[in-house]
Amino acid sequence: MAGAALKAALKDGILGAVVAAALALPMLGFRLVDSASALTLATRFDWVAWAAAIVGLGRFALCLLRQSVPADRVPMMPDLGARFPKARLMVGWALAGFALVLPFLPFADRSLVDKATMVLIYVMLGWGLNIVVGLAGLLDLGFVAFYAVGAYSYALLATKLDLSFWLCLPMAGLFAASFGILLGFPVLRLRGDYLAIVTLGFGEIIRVILQNWVDFTNGPNGISGIPRPTLFGLQFTANAPEGKTTFADYFGLDFSGEHRVIFLYFVILALALLTNLFTLRIRRLPIGRAWEALREDEIACRSLGLNPTMIKLSAFATGAMFAGFAGSFFATRQGFISPESFTFIESAVILAIVVLGGMGSQIGVVLAALLLVGLPEWFRELQQYRMLAFGGTMVLIMLWKPSGLLSHRAPTIRLGKGAPS
Amino acid sequence: MSTAPLLEVEHVTMRFGGLFAVNDLSFTARAKSITAVIGPNGAGKTTLFNCITGFYKPQVGRMTLNHADGPVLLERLDDYDIAAQAKVARTFQNIRLFARMSVLENLIVAQHHTLMRASAFSLAGLLGLARYSKAEKLAVDKARHWLDRVGLLDLADEDAGSLPYGSQRRLEIARAMCTDPVLLCLDEPAAGLNPKESLELNTLLTGIRDEMGIGLLLIEHDMSVVMGISDWVVVLDYGSKIAEGTPAEIRDDPAVIRAYLGEPDEAEA
Repeated sequence: MAGAALKAALKDGILGAVVAAALALPMLGFRLVDSASALTLATRFDWVAWAAAIVGLGRFALCLLRQSVPADRVPMMPDLGARFPKARLMVGWALAGFALVLPFLPFADRSLVDKATMVLIYVMLGWGLNIVVGLAGLLDLGFVAFYAVGAYSYALLATKLDLSFWLCLPMAGLFAASFGILLGFPVLRLRGDYLAIVTLGFGEIIRVILQNWVDFTNGPNGISGIPRPTLFGLQFTANAPEGKTTFADYFGLDFSGEHRVIFLYFVILALALLTNLFTLRIRRLPIGRAWEALREDEIACRSLGLNPTMIKLSAFATGAMFAGFAGSFFATRQGFISPESFTFIESAVILAIVVLGGMGSQIGVVLAALLLVGLPEWFRELQQYRMLAFGGTMVLIMLWKPSGLLSHRAPTIRLGKGAPS
Repeated sequence: MSTAPLLEVEHVTMRFGGLFAVNDLSFTARAKSITAVIGPNGAGKTTLFNCITGFYKPQVGRMTLNHADGPVLLERLDDYDIAAQAKVARTFQNIRLFARMSVLENLIVAQHHTLMRASAFSLAGLLGLARYSKAEKLAVDKARHWLDRVGLLDLADEDAGSLPYGSQRRLEIARAMCTDPVLLCLDEPAAGLNPKESLELNTLLTGIRDEMGIGLLLIEHDMSVVMGISDWVVVLDYGSKIAEGTPAEIRDDPAVIRAYLGEPDEAEA
């Protein structure tokens, strides 16, 4: 018995070592040396041997370890969401509370608040896309298009018509929502892969239009000098223009650039929490349940009298609206936007946030946004190994939680006293 | 059976390429009665169901549903309108539940239109007005009634997909009933049920017929169900109607026996 186990582990280890050696040979085994005279190829087979040995031994040890644990004691990742339904709510409140006091904590410097703002933009985008992908089950690869529409709506309205941020914000949301419906119509009959391809194309179309319609959008040069938001007319500048007051003057503070950073942080926090509140609420309403029903089975929806056209369009429009809000915030925060900011990779990151978080999970989106947007920022200290660490983290998460960080779904309504639940 | 026919199917033809899946078929189904459609595999039973419920559009024919307030022509409506306006509900041969939603949620989704109106297209619901919560309470009460009828009350908060097969079948019927139909179309409701479950199904269906006063249209292979509860039987073969009558008449019909068992061989005869 023990001999067989040892043999199997040995086999596994050797196999692992061979695979590692084959992989390491081209990647570690050769390197270009740039000497004074010429470029020469050097070898470092000792590195390959080390890699193979580490993997082989590790695999061998893992295999032995696994066999020595009885089957009934194999550790499993507990589904915490299912075991503690209340805990999810508490974690949510704790996160929201932490986000509220974050700018005033002693370790929160300007760069940290800036990073947190960035993470919150993605949290908001993730929550918006969660409505389309997580609830309605419509795979959207071009979500960044609505983000772009929101950003350009605000930038153009503010620079050309001189409208204020707070007036433009709902308008940007409306514009983005109407683009959502515009995209929705041609894709009504599509599902799955085909839908993904068309939405991907739509995202690119919007970007290419922004890039080439130079008269209107200023093309690749982008729009600069986008006005900053004000707090009830109070400006966040050192010196107020004619007839305006600055925030610092009004409250009798010394002017500091940090005021604006913190103000922007609170604006996006409020917007993101609004998105979350809306989603939590609408999941319990007929339209939200219809979205989830559509994700589960479109034909059954039809047989119950639900019109899939209206359901899909409302999901696209609602998701797009929140992307529009996030977009106009992005424009006012940056003060400058160009088509560069709205490439496919942005859509991919937002989608990854939703999928990694666990489709349909609100807190999952927050955790995933922290991981996907926050981690690479903090990994900057690892310099060239940054993306390696990032990729490794992703692999580990997908190994342990293949259906996303928080994939447990709680029913939106319970029968209550009528039956023991 | 003195009432006017609830559903009149006249000369319905559905072609797929050169194949006549349903060929010039006419029959009627009455309210407060169970009409069974039987026939060998591939006879066009499910195609007929898909025509009646709007999932297919027949090339020829007319299907009239006689409501209390006037006739409705089914072939002119979209599938979701047939469910929402004409009030025809259906179940599926391969069960189609919302698997990752709870049992109760499945029944609430079926009452979408009532709740949508009550929530003023989500506005009243978003603001948390009393008018929506009242409507939701009524919806839950109706769901509870049907869960009790199909014996799933204890499992109301479980995921629909985690139920055993027989319970999923019953849940699908309960979900269809939550749409307040006047005609309930059941596509092989007894498939995959054991004899005991099939007996319970008989009680459930006759109960629905007698209490709700609606018409039931039933595709079934299980002859104990067909002969036990139907009031009228329509037999299809190769898309055409070969016989129709009461269960007792159908049992002895030579055309039906031929369709099911085949022509006796010349040599044997």
